[in-house]
Order: sequence, then C-alpha cells, then structure tokens
Amino acid sequence: MNKEELQNMIVKEILEIAPDVEEDEIEFNENIQRSLEIDSFDFLKILTAMHEKTGVEVPEADYAKVGSVEDMANYFIDNL
Amino acid sequence: MSEFVMPSLGADMESAILMEWHVKEGDKVSKGDVIAEVETSKGVIEIEVFEDGIVEKLLVEEETECKVGTPLAIIASDANESVEVKVEEKVEVEPPKEVIQQEELEPKKEVKLEPQEEPVVKVQSRELKISPAARKRAEELGIDISTITPIDGVIQLAQLEALNPQEVKVVVKEEKPQEKKKSETKDTKEGMRQAIAAAMSKSNAEIPHYYLSTSINMTPALEYLEELNKQRSIKERILPIAMLIRAVALALQEVPELNGFWHEEELHISKAIHPGIAIALRKGGLITPALLNADIMNLNDTMDSLSNLITRTRAGKLRSSELMAQTITITNLGDLGVDSVFGVIYPPQVAVIGFGIIKDAPWAEGDALCVRKVMQATLAGDHRATDGRVGAKFLDKLNNVLQNPKELL
Repeated sequence: MNKEELQNMIVKEILEIAPDVEEDEIEFNENIQRSLEIDSFDFLKILTAMHEKTGVEVPEADYAKVGSVEDMANYFIDNL
Repeated sequence: MSEFVMPSLGADMESAILMEWHVKEGDKVSKGDVIAEVETSKGVIEIEVFEDGIVEKLLVEEETECKVGTPLAIIASDANESVEVKVEEKVEVEPPKEVIQQEELEPKKEVKLEPQEEPVVKVQSRELKISPAARKRAEELGIDISTITPIDGVIQLAQLEALNPQEVKVVVKEEKPQEKKKSETKDTKEGMRQAIAAAMSKSNAEIPHYYLSTSINMTPALEYLEELNKQRSIKERILPIAMLIRAVALALQEVPELNGFWHEEELHISKAIHPGIAIALRKGGLITPALLNADIMNLNDTMDSLSNLITRTRAGKLRSSELMAQTITITNLGDLGVDSVFGVIYPPQVAVIGFGIIKDAPWAEGDALCVRKVMQATLAGDHRATDGRVGAKFLDKLNNVLQNPKELL
C-alpha cells in the first residue's frame, strides 16, 4: 500500500465512523480529533478499523504520532 | 389488566411516532422486553414494558403519532391479578424520575397539546383564577400566566411581583417551543435544542447549585491503564473515560447522597447507579443516556457498555429505560481541551460530575516538584439535597480510588 491508498482508506473510515463529516472538510495535515470533533472513542474506532485492514496496531504510546491523516498514513507505511 | 401508555422520554417530549410493534396480540411479555419502537427527537427509541403479562390488544397502528400518556396497548396480567396490585408494583419498580416528570408534564402537556386547534394561552387564562391586578401586571411583563402555579387556586399580584427576572425569562423561553411546534414539521435538531433549553432553564431557575473542584493526579491510573492495554488487542482497549466512570460508581457507593432525585422537597437516594453519560452528537445537541447498573460492572463491562451506548446513541437507537433511569450525570469535555466543567444539574437529579482534559502539569510531591498527568474533576450539587461537605467527601473518594487503580478492575 502506498501513502495515497492509505490516506484514502483513513478518510473512508473517518466518513464511516463520523457520517456527518464532509469529505472536503478533511485536511490531511490537521489533527482529526480537533478539526473534525472526533472524540477519543471515535479515534479508537478509526484505529481499530485500520488495524483490521492493515494488521498494524497503534500502541497508546504512539497516539501522538497519528494525529492527522497524513501522519497516520506515514505511521502505517513505516510499520507495515 | 393495565394500559401501556406512551412514556415520557425526557422532560420535554410531547409526542412520538409509534414506528413498529415488536409484539403482536397474544404475545407473552416480561418486564424489560422491548415491545415497540418509537421515533422522537432523540432518534428511534426502543420502548420497554414495565411488567409481566400478555399483550391483549394493540390500540395504535404503526406509524401513528401519539402524545405522551396515550394508551398504546392493553397488557393482561398473567395470573389474573387485580389491576391495583399491578399498578402499585409499577410505581415501585420505575425510577422516581418518571413519576416526577409525568407530574410536571401534566400542566405543560395541556398547554402544549391543545394549540393545534385554538390559541392555547387564552383558553388557559379563562380557566385560571387570577386577580385583575395580577392579570394586568402579567400582560405588562409578558408573562404567560398559564405557566404560573396559583396559590390557593388564585394567582395574586404579589406572586407575580415576587418572580425574579430570571424566572420571567424562563417563562418567556418556554413559550417558544409552543409557537414553533404549531406550524412546523418535526425538526429533530431543533426539537432537541428546545428540550435542552427547557430542562436547563428549569434547572437554573429552581436548583441552587454549589460547585466544587479538585485536581487529581491521574498518572498512577493512566500508567496502570497503559500496562493493561499493552496486553490487549486494540479492540479490547479501555479508554480513560471508562475508568473514570468506574471510579465514579465506586465513589458513589461510599457517598450515595449524590445519586438520586429531589422529589417532593425530599432527597430520594437511588440504590442502583445509572449515570447519564453526556454524549455529544456531531450534528449538534447532546443526549445523556443512562449507563444502566454501572455499580455492578467491572472495568471491562463498563468499557463494553459505554462503547455500546455511544454507538447506539449516535445511531439513534436507544432504549426507553436508558432515557428515563439516570440517577446522576457525568460529562467529559477533556477531549476538547477544556480544563474544568461546571455543569448544570438535570432535574430531578441532584448532581453532575465534570471531567476536564488530562494534561501534563507541575505537581508537588513531598519536597519535590515534578510533572504529572493532572485532571480537574468538578461536582455541581443541588444544595437543597446535599451540602458541600458531601460533595467534598465524594471528590475525595474519587481521588482515592484513582490513586489505587487496582481497585478499579
């Protein structure tokens, strides 16, 4: 999977979990929890869904490294 | 035999649409069974039955709008017991909240339900006894006199004068939903805004709040949680909020006075702990459904139930008991970076607990100054029901529990 595929996958999960978020609201370099009002519960759901798709588990200690769509995609590339 | 009526699912629900029956005539039902789905401003709610029996007759067809209190079905008791016995049972079983809500709703209900045909206020004022001076004053102030409770059956001038400006505002606010509801088709978002407006206005007007706040060192609890989560798959991870809810349930067992209702000038402590969890809806508004029986859940159960509750709340799929049974409210605004929350109590509850952000902060330990994960826990209490000492005791217990996270399991 390349970065673009991962980013699309993450966006898809965000839209799934937060159905009222519009796709064009999502800025790849912004913190998704703050900018899209994704709470810790939804955030965990996004990581869980990404784990199912990619097999990569983000430990709690690394949450700071996966704040934005772009960071998250990079993290998955590094850990695939 | 007894009538099963459309329940009041929150202080301001007037009516709901019966969408679907889950039972048919002749079916056997037990207390707690979901027998129908109704659509309200809070989404689709599964309605539970409060007694055992047999569905004798369904009185309302699917997709019918019914006002609160409308008989929906006749439930025949299993063993041909008399109605009186059943009715008595029902009162005991249901949380006192519902009883209060219905009482409170009645005058309002009348006001709101009639307007479809005729302007209500006039109808009401003709029936009300009010002294001429008071009527004149009410008109000057723009007060809807139908919302005022007469003393000895008559509204007197002195009573109006005694209203403070805040209360007058409340009266004015409460008129709005009536006006809008008349013309408009149901707008979910607006309906919820109005429900929140009415409940919070009532709280602010009637409940003398006291507020307490305490800084809690969350490092021991978070470190413990991190260790716990390391051994788990991502699906089974526990969020700090689940741990906080669990800690509240434990602290409330030690200080039960905050868990209950203010009803008829008296505090009624609830044995069961059903914290209402404030869950924000992204489209706006919030719902505080009950996490039922939090007192008998361990940490895993608390997380599972919370996860289930949030998912169903956002999908608009709650059960009637979850909207009626709340004994206290927990609100967490930490995700949004807020330091402390000073909540408004949801009547007839007597307390709301607030959690702020957990963040690195300087912390003195002995002679040393160090950095710890620190969180502000706040409590708003109803001063009619408890004093600050009780609230302080609760926050102290909460802090203690979080310093000994093993107890939370």
